[in-house]
Amino acid sequence: MEIKRIKTPLEDYVIEGLRAGEKVFLSGYIFTARDAAHKRFIDALEKGEELPLDIKGQVIYYCGPSPAPPGRVIGACGPTTSSRMDAYSPKMLSLGLKGMIGKGKRSQIVRDAIKTHKAVYFGATGGAGALLSKSVVSSRAIAYEDLGPEAVVRLEVKDMPLFVINDIYGNDLYEEGKRHYRK
Amino acid sequence: MREIDVNEIISVVEKLFVDANYNLSQNVLDMLKKASEKEDSPVGKDVINELIANANLAREEQIPICQDTGLAVTFIEIGQDVHITGGLLTEAITEGVRRGYKNGYLRKSCCHPFTRKNTGDNTPPIIHTKIVQGDRLKIIALPKGGGSENYGEVRMLVPSQGKDGVKSFVLDMVNKGGPNPCPPIIVGVGIGGNFESSALLSKEALMVPLGTRNEDPDIAVLELELIDEINKTGIGPQGYGGTVTTLDVHVKMLPCHIASLPVAVNIQCHAHRIKEVII
Repeated sequence: MEIKRIKTPLEDYVIEGLRAGEKVFLSGYIFTARDAAHKRFIDALEKGEELPLDIKGQVIYYCGPSPAPPGRVIGACGPTTSSRMDAYSPKMLSLGLKGMIGKGKRSQIVRDAIKTHKAVYFGATGGAGALLSKSVVSSRAIAYEDLGPEAVVRLEVKDMPLFVINDIYGNDLYEEGKRHYRK
Repeated sequence: MREIDVNEIISVVEKLFVDANYNLSQNVLDMLKKASEKEDSPVGKDVINELIANANLAREEQIPICQDTGLAVTFIEIGQDVHITGGLLTEAITEGVRRGYKNGYLRKSCCHPFTRKNTGDNTPPIIHTKIVQGDRLKIIALPKGGGSENYGEVRMLVPSQGKDGVKSFVLDMVNKGGPNPCPPIIVGVGIGGNFESSALLSKEALMVPLGTRNEDPDIAVLELELIDEINKTGIGPQGYGGTVTTLDVHVKMLPCHIASLPVAVNIQCHAHRIKEVII
């Protein structure tokens, strides 16, 4: 299977070249955030406060890793179900977020926002938390450490294996894959 | 009366949850290997091979297979000739879970339903007990992730809906879950009993070894039909499309009220972590 190598921050020309169903290896910095962190992002924005990171061009990974054992950068770190973040994602995309990594379908509103704001949604293999931890070079909590596994952590990744699920052309790997193999 | 001290139970439970989370059983690994051979989609095959590599890596490096190390579901079979000494059984299991999740670097995924404040130590565990014959204590650890558990449901069907009603309910849940519960999934179906026992049956159905069939030939046929129909949905590994959507389906059945047809569906992800010990 052909694999594209891409880097964060994601630039428009890279996003324009991605199609649903393609496998990519992602390298650079990404940021973990799940339900509780997203809620705090939105609460902060509503109060007119700054986000704890500059979101422009960045990629958010819906992930709450298991604790890092001594001598390891991170514990298991696979994706969580993305749809729980659907309520927050359009706002994040409007602020310049360019990529989201998770698992599972996105709402039509999020898929439309991906097109409007020229972004991409990647799938990481759910339940492959040990394997995905091998892509993480360094890890540093940057916000909301009181949330434990839901803190915002900046991960430096190298060749993180992902599939493009939603591209800017409106393609959706889940729908197309299912249609193709349905009997 | 055989005496078992709570300290032994604490230590066994601690090790059991760590073992379950680090070491995928051979039974599940064998099913994944078969699935890789059967899968028609190149993307699907790639995903299953990632899962096999992931399980091997977790075992070699002694780290969790998946970061969602689950709520600590524990099934206990207590021989009626066992006397537990030194404390309460429930507290011993809870302490074992607390230690396992702390010392094994497992994720604490248990929180208040509304405030979402984490309990901090993955307790309380979910404990199911059964009194059986003998003087042994059997402990089964089934750490259960949230992604798959979210696609479980109990429905009180009308008796006239029968087997077809059960099948369409199961298919409905599989389609509703799609990629979210991490296919290839394992499906547990509990039929009969009442509202709460059907739910428990569906979870017990998940504990049946993969690749085996119910000894009741009619139920065995139902299981095979469900496997076939679930695989025909095309959802495939991780929902990326493919011919293997389920690793196995097990059905458990009990007699029910003449007015009812309770059915429960419990879905498990491919990272089916289950380990047992007999003391």
